[in-house]
Amino acid sequence: MMKQLIATIAILMSLQAFAVIETYEFKTEEQEQLYTDIINELRCPKCQNQTIAESNAGLSEDLRYIVYQQVSNGSTKREILAYMQERYGDFVLYDPPVKPSNYFLWFAPLAVFLVILIAVLLKVGRRRVKPEQTGTEEE
Amino acid sequence: MNKKLVLAVAPIVTFIILVIFFWFALEKDPKKLNSNLIDKPVPDFKLSALQNPEHVYTSESLPNKLFLLNVWGTWCGPCHIEHPYLMKFSQQYPVPIVGVNYKDQARDALEFLEKKGNPYSMVIADVDGQLGIDLGVYGAPETFVVDSDGKVRFRYVGVIDDRVWNSKILPVIEQVQGYPLEQVQKDAAENDSEGMK
Repeated sequence: MMKQLIATIAILMSLQAFAVIETYEFKTEEQEQLYTDIINELRCPKCQNQTIAESNAGLSEDLRYIVYQQVSNGSTKREILAYMQERYGDFVLYDPPVKPSNYFLWFAPLAVFLVILIAVLLKVGRRRVKPEQTGTEEE
Repeated sequence: MNKKLVLAVAPIVTFIILVIFFWFALEKDPKKLNSNLIDKPVPDFKLSALQNPEHVYTSESLPNKLFLLNVWGTWCGPCHIEHPYLMKFSQQYPVPIVGVNYKDQARDALEFLEKKGNPYSMVIADVDGQLGIDLGVYGAPETFVVDSDGKVRFRYVGVIDDRVWNSKILPVIEQVQGYPLEQVQKDAAENDSEGMK
C-alpha cells in the first residue's frame, strides 16, 4: 500500500520534471544552477499559474532561451530578473517587490491575521469571566 | 447588549466588504496584464520589411504621427477574426496601422495579406520574436497606441472588434490627440478598389 502510494507520487512528480523538453549545455555547474533557479522564479505571462520552467507555452520556451543566453553571457540573476520585469512587469516575478502598488498583496494577510487575533483575544478575555458563573464549562 | 450588536453587525459588514472586493475582481480580467511600456518609447529594433527582406526597418521608420502597432501572426487564430476589423478601421480612420508579423513564416504572412487584404501601412517581420519580447507581448493579437512622439500610450490584448474599437481604442486615440477623430467618408466602391491593392 505504502509502496504504491510512493510510486504514484514519484510518477506524478516525474511528469512535472519532464514538462521542459529542451536541455541547454552550460560551461559551469554554477551557470546551470543559476539557470534552473531563474526559470523557477519567473512566471509565465501567458499561462498565469505556472513558472516558465513548468510551462510548455511557446512564450515560455522563448523566455527560457533568453535566460539561457543571458546566463551563458555571464549576466547576474538580478540583471536577468530586471530584464524580464522591464518587459512583463511585476507579474512575471514570483517574488514581487514591496512597493506601494503591491502593499495590499504583501500586507493584507497580516492585516487579516491581526483582525482575527484581536477578535480571538476579545473572545478569550470574555470567557475568563464566564467560568465563574457556569462552573464546569472549561475546554 | 452593545457587544451583541457588534457581533451581529460584524459578519454583515465583512460580507459586504467581500462582495465589493469580488465585484471589482469580476470586472477585472486576470488574463489582461498592464503593459510596462506605457509612456515609454517603442523599443529599438532592426528588422526587415515583410514584403522586402532587403529593406531594414528601425524605430526611425515608424510614422511620425499617432499610429497603432498591431502584433499578429497567421498561426494566431484570433488574428484571423480581427483582420476584417483592421481592414475596416484602416479605411475609415486616418490612423496608420503598423503590423508586427510575430514569429511567422514570411510566405504564410504574405499569402494571408494577399488573400484577405493588407490593412497595414508597413509590416515589420519579427521572425525570431525579439521585438515581441521587448514589447512584452504574451498573447497575439496585441495592439499598442503610439503617440506622435513615439511613446506607447495604451496596450490592448485581444481581438479588436467594433465594440473594443469604440469603447477602448477610439477614446484613447482621441484623448492622446486632443481632438475628436473624424471618420473618413469613403464610398464602398473606393474601399473595394483599395482593398485589392
